[in-house]
Amino acid sequence: MDGLKYSKEVCEACDTHDCLIRCSYIKMDLKTAKEERQRLLRGEKSPVLTECVTCYACEEYCPHGNHPFYLIVERQEQLGIWPVPQPLTKQQIIMMAPKGKIIPQKVRSPVVNMCYFPMLAGCVRGKLFQGASTIVGSDVFCNIMWLHFGKNSVIRERLPEMIANIWEHYLKDSGVKELICFHDECYGAYTHLAPAFGLTVPFQPIHLFEYLTRRLDELKDQIRPLGQKVAYQRPCSNRLIPETQHWVDDIFKRIGVERVERKYDRGNALCCGAVIRAQQMEDLADDVQKRNLDDMVETGSKYCVFNCPACLFTLGDAVMKRGIIPILMSELCQIALGEGIKGA
Amino acid sequence: MEEIYKELVEIVGAGYVSNQPEERFIYSRDPGTMEPHEPDLVVMPATTEEVQKIVLLANRKRVPIVPMGGGLVLSGLSRPLKGGIVLDMKRMNRILEVNETSRYVLVEAGTAQGMLQAYLKKNHPGLKHSMPDSPPMATIGGNVLIHGSGHLSHAAGFHSEMLNGLEVVLPTGEIVKIGSCSTSPYWFGRAPLPDLAGLFLGWFGTTGIVTKLAIKLFPNRPYQDVGVFVTEDPELVPDVLHRVTGVQVAEDVTAWMTPRPDWARGFQHININYAADTPEELTGKRNLIRASLQKYIREKVGGFMVLPPPMKKGFLEAPQTTLVQFADVRKGGGFEYVGGIMPIELFARAYRAGIEIAEHQRTTYSTGARVIGLGHCMMFFFAYPFNRADEADVERARKALEETNRVVLDMGGIPWKAEAPAQKQIIQKMDPKTFDLMNRIRGVLDPQGIMNPGNWEVE
Repeated sequence: MDGLKYSKEVCEACDTHDCLIRCSYIKMDLKTAKEERQRLLRGEKSPVLTECVTCYACEEYCPHGNHPFYLIVERQEQLGIWPVPQPLTKQQIIMMAPKGKIIPQKVRSPVVNMCYFPMLAGCVRGKLFQGASTIVGSDVFCNIMWLHFGKNSVIRERLPEMIANIWEHYLKDSGVKELICFHDECYGAYTHLAPAFGLTVPFQPIHLFEYLTRRLDELKDQIRPLGQKVAYQRPCSNRLIPETQHWVDDIFKRIGVERVERKYDRGNALCCGAVIRAQQMEDLADDVQKRNLDDMVETGSKYCVFNCPACLFTLGDAVMKRGIIPILMSELCQIALGEGIKGA
Repeated sequence: MEEIYKELVEIVGAGYVSNQPEERFIYSRDPGTMEPHEPDLVVMPATTEEVQKIVLLANRKRVPIVPMGGGLVLSGLSRPLKGGIVLDMKRMNRILEVNETSRYVLVEAGTAQGMLQAYLKKNHPGLKHSMPDSPPMATIGGNVLIHGSGHLSHAAGFHSEMLNGLEVVLPTGEIVKIGSCSTSPYWFGRAPLPDLAGLFLGWFGTTGIVTKLAIKLFPNRPYQDVGVFVTEDPELVPDVLHRVTGVQVAEDVTAWMTPRPDWARGFQHININYAADTPEELTGKRNLIRASLQKYIREKVGGFMVLPPPMKKGFLEAPQTTLVQFADVRKGGGFEYVGGIMPIELFARAYRAGIEIAEHQRTTYSTGARVIGLGHCMMFFFAYPFNRADEADVERARKALEETNRVVLDMGGIPWKAEAPAQKQIIQKMDPKTFDLMNRIRGVLDPQGIMNPGNWEVE
């Protein structure tokens, strides 16, 4: 895996510095943003490195696609500025390490990559996923989460192995080219991060939302429009792949729900708070979650739709306490198809 | 013994006495490593008066008598080392009075922890007692009398410190009351009278049989949370405990260190449980706890885990079922631990000793600690599960326990609810005048030496 592909010259010539100016968490005027960006380019310490909540948003804000967020993470690691206390980072690195216990097996299309969320494998069911195979676990885990920990080195070390595992042990011999990524992180890793670090991906990643849209089109006669208002919790990893955003609207249109207009959606989406808590900034996490929840409640939404399981685990209870039903995108589609929610 | 059997039948009825091999087998052992010792008879009284009659009978016949609660002490304290009668208290399990205003409960000594917990939940949901992390059938009486600890021990100390009063059948058969109940209809406490409770706490049933006791209850607050602070430097832990206990908002502070799963090995996890009446109060307490540890958070050498909901739920349980699962990790139902009562500054030494002993003895292990009081001391445990069907495994655990008891004493701690051999080790370390006083007291209370003989003895 190569070094990060970014251009110092592009940054130096940038007249917007949107990467820092538009940040939801660090408040900076243009002059300061220019100075701090220069520090980052020179590899020097900057308040950006300590105050960044690692929400990935600057990857989306950069008008030049110059990977400002990956550079922040590079600098954090180079300078030993750890966003998360070291014992927690080390523990996570051990916990999420590949186990090397992968057993090659034939899979058939569609193959759904459940990342490291085995507890959600049961979501792959019903008409939407008829005949699907799933892969899951530490040996096929995209490892993009280390962006939150200032640990690009772990991504460099593990991501090539994961890509090889998926291809060599599952897809290649099964004659399958497409991999449905249930989690935005995986899709972001294979379509955005991997090329940024010069890594080739031999299979075709398909975002879950694209797959769902296809299936809903195939099943359109069976859809019962839900006629509900829905708040969408956009995950941090979707910042890497904003081009997939339209699928949310496309899916909602197909199942007859309204994506409510709210302050903290789309480009202004707020972090679920998990990473901010890992960074031990509880007050900020409380504030971010409260603003986000207040915003959802104001819209009168019946559902809050998640695509990131980590966001769901973090915000699910709080959303429910505010009278909104937390639900995964695939589950909402299943309701529209008359299949209901598992266990409900 | 046949004659004693008949007299016991007359006292409690035939259904509650046994001299059969099945019962004698079961009552000869506990889940720990100590060798079994069979009783001649097992009896289950239902009232204080029945206990009194049994004690008088034992006196008359000069037969040893061993009181037993849940039988879960693990260190073999209710094995009848010199035979005789095991007196099982489990039928004496009535909850007699709950005083909501003064927050105490009066129970019979055989009342199980789980029974009281369920009773309070149903009838007095605003109150709770300090649950030990033992199976729910462990008794209130047994746990208080061995100086147990539990989920409110940070707030209120050892369970023996939560004791308000006792009713005891002395070894000579008199029924006495200890504490305010001796003078007042209320069981509110042990002050301001001469505190005679010490004659029965930590004596392992060698000074009398407790038939009733009152313990303190505490507010059961509706909002609960837990933070798990993680470090990888055991030298930091005493100061972490000192800081977090200094803010006085936690109910329970425990540490756990285990080699499995892999991600836990080499790290020290400190669970800090706290509760509140409102969400705002809960947040305030969380902030105080976190502020106390800011130094380490800023230095990035420690921090609070982000707990997935199932993990958090487990850490909020009382008792913690994960501990029960660990107890049977080797399968075969064997489990024992040394609980070293010691000052918190010995944490790193104890932690390292635990790892060394486990490696040396090639045994499965887990270590941990519960802070007692506001960091006034801790119960540091070295736990060794084993397979009872595998004699070599039992022997490994036994040797690890022996070595651990020695190490705990050498570093300045004292093994809790010590096995009979460990009691001898303690006595060797003890000021001889202290042990002499213990013997004089025991001689006065139990002139015939019938009460759980073999415990707190040199020979």
